[in-house]
Amino acid sequence: MKIGTPKETYKGENRVAMTPDSALQLQKLGYECLIEKGAGAAAGFSDAAYEAAGVEVMKTAASLWKAADIIAKVRQPDATELKRLTKDKTLISFFNPAGNEEGMGAAKSKGATVIAMEMVPRISRAQKMDALSSMANIAGYRAVIEAGNNFGRFFTGQVTAAGKVPPAKVLIVGAGVAGLAAIGTSTSLGAITYAFDVRPEVAEQVESMGAEFVYLDFKEEQQDGAATGGYASVQSEEFREAQLAKFRELAPEMDIVITTALIPNREAPELWTKDMVESMKPGSVIVDLAAEKGGNCKLTVPDEKIVTDNGVTIIGYTDFPSRMAAQSSSLYATNIRHMMTDLTPEKDGKVIHDMEDDVIRGATVTHEGEITFPPPPPKVQAIAAQKKPEVKELTPEEKKAQEIAAFKAQTKQQFTLLGVGGALMLLVGLIAPASFMQHFIVFVLAIFVGFQVIWNVSHSLHTPLMAITNAISSIIIVGALMQIGSGSFLVILLAALSVFMAGINIFGGFLVTRRMLAMFQKS
Amino acid sequence: MEFGFTTAAYVVAAVLFILSLGGLSNQESAKRAVWYGIVGMALAVFATLVGPGSGLWLLSLLLIAGGGLIGQYVAQRVQMTEMPQLVAAMHSLVGLAAVFVGFNAHFEIGNVAEVYAIADAAKEIELDGLGAFAKLIAKKTPAELAILHVELFLGIFIGAITFTGSVVAYGKLAGKVTSAATKLPGGHALNAGAAALSLICLIWYTSSGSFFPLLLMTLAALFIGYHLIMGIGGADMPVVVSMLNSYSGWAAAAIGFSLGNDLLIVVGALVGSSGAILSYIMCKAMNRHFVSVILGGFGGTSGPQMEVEGEQVAIEADGVAAALNDADSVIIIPGYGMAVAQAQQSVSELVRKLRARGKNVRFAIHPVAGRLPGHMNVLLAEAKVPYDIVMEMDEINDDFPDTDVAIVIGSNDIVNPAAQEDPNSPIAGMPVLECWKAKQVFVSKRGQGTGYSGIENPLFFKENTRMFYGDAKASLDKLLPMID
Repeated sequence: MKIGTPKETYKGENRVAMTPDSALQLQKLGYECLIEKGAGAAAGFSDAAYEAAGVEVMKTAASLWKAADIIAKVRQPDATELKRLTKDKTLISFFNPAGNEEGMGAAKSKGATVIAMEMVPRISRAQKMDALSSMANIAGYRAVIEAGNNFGRFFTGQVTAAGKVPPAKVLIVGAGVAGLAAIGTSTSLGAITYAFDVRPEVAEQVESMGAEFVYLDFKEEQQDGAATGGYASVQSEEFREAQLAKFRELAPEMDIVITTALIPNREAPELWTKDMVESMKPGSVIVDLAAEKGGNCKLTVPDEKIVTDNGVTIIGYTDFPSRMAAQSSSLYATNIRHMMTDLTPEKDGKVIHDMEDDVIRGATVTHEGEITFPPPPPKVQAIAAQKKPEVKELTPEEKKAQEIAAFKAQTKQQFTLLGVGGALMLLVGLIAPASFMQHFIVFVLAIFVGFQVIWNVSHSLHTPLMAITNAISSIIIVGALMQIGSGSFLVILLAALSVFMAGINIFGGFLVTRRMLAMFQKS
Repeated sequence: MEFGFTTAAYVVAAVLFILSLGGLSNQESAKRAVWYGIVGMALAVFATLVGPGSGLWLLSLLLIAGGGLIGQYVAQRVQMTEMPQLVAAMHSLVGLAAVFVGFNAHFEIGNVAEVYAIADAAKEIELDGLGAFAKLIAKKTPAELAILHVELFLGIFIGAITFTGSVVAYGKLAGKVTSAATKLPGGHALNAGAAALSLICLIWYTSSGSFFPLLLMTLAALFIGYHLIMGIGGADMPVVVSMLNSYSGWAAAAIGFSLGNDLLIVVGALVGSSGAILSYIMCKAMNRHFVSVILGGFGGTSGPQMEVEGEQVAIEADGVAAALNDADSVIIIPGYGMAVAQAQQSVSELVRKLRARGKNVRFAIHPVAGRLPGHMNVLLAEAKVPYDIVMEMDEINDDFPDTDVAIVIGSNDIVNPAAQEDPNSPIAGMPVLECWKAKQVFVSKRGQGTGYSGIENPLFFKENTRMFYGDAKASLDKLLPMID
């Protein structure tokens, strides 16, 4: 089958859904690859590079749509593109199914299969094709870079001959993929980074990236992110108030604020109010990654950079991934390639659309003339079950009491053992003759010595220990030697055999132990 | 020679044996310890030869020399990966020798009784002909004789179990017998039946003193040894081998009782307790009860196992090499798979290269890695890996979170996070190496699929785990030139 990628029609979109690298991988899966002339130009991939990777370059979009069985693109298809769909064609792209009834209707009436990349479920197995995450990662990085571009100072603190420079303070609201990427970039540039998220369980991730988590003084039981597929959900009014109060407190100190808070299928929540913007220092920068959905700051103008009266720059670009088209294209193309790998279990260039598969089922929005959106909840839970409640820290008294109890139990156990053992001993002593008891004392003492000695043997020497005990247990030769002087032929024969076997063991055991021990060397 | 000299020599020999075992507490003193053992053994044999009771010096010395030649040949030829087999084979010899010596004791009792039956006058002369051991028996009272019967019965019983058990263990370890747990129909009922039969024979034997119940019991014990070990799977072999080690000691001790020889008793008890402690350590490392290991199979589980989600992501040698080149600290976790693939030399070479670049490379050894207690240490030592970078589980388990790369080579259950995360897992609670806490984990494995225990390993599905499929040695050899 043929996979084709057209040039993106959306204005200002620089990304492309196939790169020469991904084309090579797709060909390994048995597909032929097509690309529209100039499709990769904006992302820095020339037609020649595609041709060198064995991709056929098609002159026009129309011819490409006609020739390809599978169309991979980035942006939601426009009306013209939807018309070009036919039965048996599969479209893989961002589709925004929740807000695109018409598009789904059109695809359904054409009988085409549409796989919406934003619908890939958030389970571990599907991470490699999670385009939302890979794009959010880029957006988070780029947000910091854009902020730095518009911020007139250093990120990192320096003491120079020309004076001391304080480090910049960055607040990142929302620690999703974009937020974490922004935290990573910001800390690596040297800024003091703070981060906030409504899901308290991400505090650990935030701290692992080197930022400081902003805790709220709020006691309500938080809904766990695991219940909502790893996304944030709507908060209570009280919680919101506590959150805004905290932000108001932080606003005057912050040099850069990056907001990334989004709730699926809703307008972005307002987190950075007008009065907070007003209380910020002149020259501060706000980057609103939620601009497309109305913005976390109401002053944000989508796709534009504005400067407020008090000198705060607010950046509302919505095309951060497209601004890094080379990077985002290669990540997106890899996501697509992984999706194709899952769709081609036999690696024979034939798509098998398995609607039983959680990932494929979840991402498919129209299939065989049916709208299959929204998908049923995935069979596998998105995130591992919530952590078990922490073990309660014991007070010193409790610890002491426990230790005493353990000691008592141990003492009791030892006394019982000694008691039972002693009683048994006495019983044996009553019946057994004196000569036996003499040997028995030796036996018991030897066991005790053995236990004391063996516990000290180092773990790494257990194999030599076994070999040497093997050799030593051939002491049975002594018994055989005592019997070999007997008058009976049978006894002599058996004793002789025993001596022979023990001889093998003695020499074999000791020599192999020596060989092993000689190998242990210090560095 | 005087009886006193022999006893004195035995005391010295016993002390030397204790020192020899005690010397194994560290690698350097261990080298001296072997000599203590050798001298002790030489002294014991010499004292017995010159002491009362022995005869046929030339034959004895010839036999020892002959056996010694074979032993020497085997000890020099054996591959370090074959150590478990060798140890098992040697146990079987001790077991068989114990059986023979036990039989001899029985025959001597018979001979002495015959002498008594002939006539009182000729008794002394006849006894002289029978040798020293017979004289010893002749002095015994009826109660002592009964005890003697029980002692030699026990010696033969344990010896016979050790013999067939070790032969089967040898077969399994050498790959000559299937290493899967197999039982005859009837399972443990057969073992119990054989044990009951042995008990009946014991009563019969002590009351009658005839040879037949002894022989019958020997056959039953041989069967128990065979069937018991057949029912235990390959990965439980560390426990089995240490258990057989223990048995060979107890058999020697029981024979020592019947011969009235304190040296045999002391050494038997030392070896017996040594094996018992090793079995205990191994069982603890697997979080299993000794009984459940011996009865074979895994213990009952209380519910369905946790479902493993995600998928195993494969990686090629260049990816592993890139990660290793970037890493500062590396921990390698070897397992039985390394021994099977004979990959220890390649591992050693990898370590040498990484260390030459100033990286901190260490080994983490789980107590039950391999088929013999301490098996991995010996293999690594053979490949000239310095022992001070080879760590025990407890020493290194806390260091994984600060480690860049953990490489798992041919181990499975000992790195299974299910032991901690899934209370329903058959290995729940078993101490494991927490390698998944490292930043990145590479697993060198022959292919997908579960290990010996048949337990799915969630480690392979973790996000920071990459599967490096292929034969361990071939994979590492491919990796080596890429390290720079």
